[in-house]
Amino acid sequence: MWNKAIETMRRPDMEALQLERLKATVGRVYNNVPFYRKRLDDAGVTPESIKSLKDLQRIPFTVKNDLRDHYPFGLFAVPMKDIVRIHASSGTTGKPTTVGYTRADLEMWSECVARLVMAAGATGDDVAQIAFGYGLFTGAFGLHAGLEKVGAAIIPMSSGNTEKQIMIMQDYKSTVLVSTPSYALYMAEVMAEMGVKQSDIALKYGLFGAEGSTEEMRAQLESRWGIIATENYGMSELVGPGVSGECIHKTGMHINEDCFIPEIINPETGEVLEYGEKGELVITTILKEGIPLLRYRTKDITRLIPEVCPCGRTSIRMEKIQGRSDDMLIIRGVNVFPSQVESVLLGMPHISPHYQLEVSKNGFVDALKVIVELEDSSLLESFSQLEALEKSIRHKLQVVLGLDARVQLTEPKTIERSMGKAKRVIDLR
Amino acid sequence: MLIKQISIFIENKSGRLAQITKLFGERGVNILALSIADTTDFGILRLIVSNPEVAERTVKEFGLTAKTTDVIGISIPHIPGGLAQALSVLSDDGISIEYMYAFATCSEDNAMVILKVSDNGEAMKILTNSGIKILTDADIATLF
Repeated sequence: MWNKAIETMRRPDMEALQLERLKATVGRVYNNVPFYRKRLDDAGVTPESIKSLKDLQRIPFTVKNDLRDHYPFGLFAVPMKDIVRIHASSGTTGKPTTVGYTRADLEMWSECVARLVMAAGATGDDVAQIAFGYGLFTGAFGLHAGLEKVGAAIIPMSSGNTEKQIMIMQDYKSTVLVSTPSYALYMAEVMAEMGVKQSDIALKYGLFGAEGSTEEMRAQLESRWGIIATENYGMSELVGPGVSGECIHKTGMHINEDCFIPEIINPETGEVLEYGEKGELVITTILKEGIPLLRYRTKDITRLIPEVCPCGRTSIRMEKIQGRSDDMLIIRGVNVFPSQVESVLLGMPHISPHYQLEVSKNGFVDALKVIVELEDSSLLESFSQLEALEKSIRHKLQVVLGLDARVQLTEPKTIERSMGKAKRVIDLR
Repeated sequence: MLIKQISIFIENKSGRLAQITKLFGERGVNILALSIADTTDFGILRLIVSNPEVAERTVKEFGLTAKTTDVIGISIPHIPGGLAQALSVLSDDGISIEYMYAFATCSEDNAMVILKVSDNGEAMKILTNSGIKILTDADIATLF
């Protein structure tokens, strides 16, 4: 364990620490960020009125658009001279959301990542290959700082150049791989094509993040690489990776609660839900200086698990993200998460683990097409077997989604391979 | 004797066949017979070629899913009822035909047919006993 005192802290002590830091954070944003001053005044909340963690619920939510409306630096709580680093969301649409870090923020960030890195199995003896893109995106720099902190030897590969990744992995005997799950899957495919076998590489652990994935995806990653695969969670608005991460028991992601207070809300009503109930994750940063956020709505759907983990950490865990309310497709009035489709497809034989969903409008009716690659040539013997495969995928999707989807088999490698976050959905509506 | 057939999974995209056949041309693979079975999305292209190993390697390098299968080639009299006679001996003995295709040759007396059946060994025996000529690799080679 990287920081036993914090990671195994008794609940009452943790809550006292959280309350103290929450008060300080509310005071800081109230005094330094005009946006928050107005928000809090409108809601009748003064820093002095925060007496218990329950009082958090009186504070209004912050949403992504608040960051966009104050682009680029409007929500910063410190003067620019105290900012030592700037990152931004991968924002595919519109302006990116921009965040700034003070020196203390960078320290807190690497501390949080160091904890999750060790929880995931890595130590100072490891050689860690970082295949996240270095840049405005927080993923690479975050894992880099945390791994460096625990003393691992870092190979800052960045993403892409996959053949070279495999070569370096063999030659430098990388023991830890950091990437998105979808890119790791693609790398495994390239490795097989190059004729490199599991026994030719030294990889032991995969630390995956930056996009959600299913248990089926984990199973694929573990068997294709011969590793223990864990997932970690974060988003640039909150800090980047480091909000939470799984330990090797894989029982959910341990939240760094001394820095982040999690809540689960009903995304429709904003009502705070009990532990164990499924809803939208809301996070309050309580140690960040550069751009503290109060009750930030992550749009990620998950559940909080309060029970103590076999690893001994006392922190609250969050389940794998079951989908982002952003990613949720409404097709013929049915809510569909790409993760549901993934859980069906990755359990199927004969097809590759890459897929894409295409939603279109057929007149006034939505149509869902699921595109998968036929990988196994043994089915070419008979047309009826291919049709049976299509039918069985379609049937399983029907059961899981409650929706009839068209299944299209395509040639291998026709679905674009991503070096970062995979693009799973094409919405043509 | 069985003949090697190559099956290729292709998407229904315009230009796909042209691309694949062009590749074969470049590698000196000659096509003797072909058949396509298709749905709206995809098709299976089946080929009898001069050099199945090169053909399979070529399409796999190109990134396509392909498979080599053993099929039976027969030569039958080019007369009305010729094919019917050959097929009925198989069906009489419970051998079902999964797919088949015929191809033209320069010979005026005989027609050639490629058969994919439920049981290759059994079918060969039945056909031979019924006096139907089964094509060998050597026979095929003379046709290129």
